[in-house]
Amino acid sequence: MQASLRNAQGRFIEGRAQALAGVDFENLRDAAAEIRDRVLRNLDLYLEHFERTATNAGAQVHWAETSSDVNRIVLDIARRHGVRRVIKSKSMVSEECALNDALEAAGIAVVETDLGEYILQLAHEPPSHIVAPVVHKSKDEISDLFARIHRTPRKTAIPELCREAREIMRPHFVSADMGISGANFLIAETGSTLIVTNEGNGRLTTTLPRIHVAISGIEKVVATLEDAATLVRLLPRSATGQSITNYVTINTGVRRDGELDGPEHFHIILVDAGRAKLLGSELQSMLRCIRCGACMNHCPVYQNVGGHAYGWVYPGPMGSVLTPAFVGLENAGDLPNASTFCGECAVVCPVKIPLPDLMRKLREQQVERGLRAKRERVALKMWLALAQRPRLYALTTALAARMLSRLAGKKMLLHWLPFASGWTKGRDMPAPAGRTFRELYREKTRKGVKSDVRD
Amino acid sequence: MPSMAEHANTLQNVSAKDCMLARVRSARGADESSREEELQEIARHLAAHPRGPRLMIEDDVVPAKAIGVVGSMRTRFLERARGMASTCEEVPSANQVAHAVAAYLTANGLPRVVVAWPEFASLDWRAAEIDFASRPVAATDLVGVTGAFCAIAETGTLLLLSGSETPATTSMLPETHIAVVHADRIVANMEDALALVRNDHKRLPRAVHFVSGPSRTADIEQTIVLGAHGPYRVHILLVGSGTGSGDDDREILRGGRHRFI
Repeated sequence: MQASLRNAQGRFIEGRAQALAGVDFENLRDAAAEIRDRVLRNLDLYLEHFERTATNAGAQVHWAETSSDVNRIVLDIARRHGVRRVIKSKSMVSEECALNDALEAAGIAVVETDLGEYILQLAHEPPSHIVAPVVHKSKDEISDLFARIHRTPRKTAIPELCREAREIMRPHFVSADMGISGANFLIAETGSTLIVTNEGNGRLTTTLPRIHVAISGIEKVVATLEDAATLVRLLPRSATGQSITNYVTINTGVRRDGELDGPEHFHIILVDAGRAKLLGSELQSMLRCIRCGACMNHCPVYQNVGGHAYGWVYPGPMGSVLTPAFVGLENAGDLPNASTFCGECAVVCPVKIPLPDLMRKLREQQVERGLRAKRERVALKMWLALAQRPRLYALTTALAARMLSRLAGKKMLLHWLPFASGWTKGRDMPAPAGRTFRELYREKTRKGVKSDVRD
Repeated sequence: MPSMAEHANTLQNVSAKDCMLARVRSARGADESSREEELQEIARHLAAHPRGPRLMIEDDVVPAKAIGVVGSMRTRFLERARGMASTCEEVPSANQVAHAVAAYLTANGLPRVVVAWPEFASLDWRAAEIDFASRPVAATDLVGVTGAFCAIAETGTLLLLSGSETPATTSMLPETHIAVVHADRIVANMEDALALVRNDHKRLPRAVHFVSGPSRTADIEQTIVLGAHGPYRVHILLVGSGTGSGDDDREILRGGRHRFI
């Protein structure tokens, strides 16, 4: 997995750098951050405006306070229209809701059409990256999976695998009654949804079925088409290193008089599910996020642990902030601590979210609310008591260093540590050399003084 | 007539909306007394819809129809379109389009059968020995021919608008998409393209599709494969020299523009 991630991250990082060469990134992201802030400052008014324009264009707008409300609304729409078959293009919000499970429980067949999401649906796994959901899986694993589930001869070339998925998926596109998509942006001026895609599944999902349902967080509103254009100049560059995605699709309302294609019904679900409470908080800037994934592509922690280790829908630095905000800090455990504070995520963020600062604020909240483990709190208190008594500190550390060094033996590796057996279960701890830095320093300076005298 | 269930649903929706908006208002510390002012500020921004920073193409500031100016737009468009894996061919005038399509189909081993937008019905397909149909595409059709509302130099992009004469599926379902666009319709960037749409359409068409090359995926081991769920090939026929001549051709190549309908 780590090899796959390194390979992918290398490509993403290099691609982004190339796509931004010759572009005034700072100027562009200043504008992008302001476009996002402008709406967040008056979010309620922009949402009301969006609802008005979308409704005028023939869409129906729904309001979902929680993720289970989203599922209820989608099932409601499906029931009302007698929907049996659903196709989906990528939607991270629907991952928050576990919408596929809800649809299947109601006896509705649902097929993910983004290739990566489709592979995960077959493998019954969650995505591990918001842009490249299947980045953790190798080609060979996918070959095995397709051969097993499609009952076809095992293909080994990547283009053959893609062709097979296309051919399996075509009948689903043509026969589905409902297409579910996300929205990269909601455009208040026109009441439109905008999606950026490469595979073409998004265009088919929003065009072929008679019902289109778009699910979006309330924070995704932008004011105008031009504001969206500025963000589109940044999003693919930051995400995949493309100057533009193959498709940028703006959908407004339902099929019009004389049109031969397009959905007859368009439902837009606006989702709160924890977003509103970030407004006006010290984490508000997180709502600027346009889900490009650059922060995780550039994160040394993400590269080593992979997306699934973050435990919920959103991985990487943005996930370390969003997950505690959406599911509660008390349920997010170590996420705000899953950072080396190298700061790269803030440097590459196209909407200038100060991610390390936000993680630091969450850590402070954890401490204030007494959410850190008791053992950690006790240990820190003990350390504090020691650190305030230099002689005692020197004595304790000297003793500990000698003891650990003897415990470790010749190889200088500890296979077990008191209070840290969980950590040593998977790896060894290099042992201290036997003497503390202060002891060595004292000795060095004494020798140094002597040598000065001799010279 | 709404059923009881629908009525109940509407009520639920209204209250969910009120709760959500109330939560947003209180979170952002909204002040009722400044609401009017905020609404006016929003209306001003929507009316002005200012453009953000964008890459400048040399001739961006010069009127697009000026002689010699389209040249560099044209170069950039062709270069970026090819960069996005479209193939491009320059065709002097619209009456050579059918023959260019025939040559392309032969070169790629494709059958001489195309499904196209109605605007191409007047071209001489019979002379090019092409079986031409102007109807909505079926999932089994191999080649779709469309026009484009305009083209974007910055990114090598085609802008396709949905409409009764410009069905969107023609560019989606077939494995090969051939797009015919007049060189006079190349604009600098997405903002200029949107300005043309605003100018030409009272309201935004149902679907606005920016198309940059064939569909692709890099989901398996980040290896780019052309041809995912959309076309495997996009072939662009760029018609005209881009010097402002050829009004007849622009009449044929409408691409969903209203003023020629």
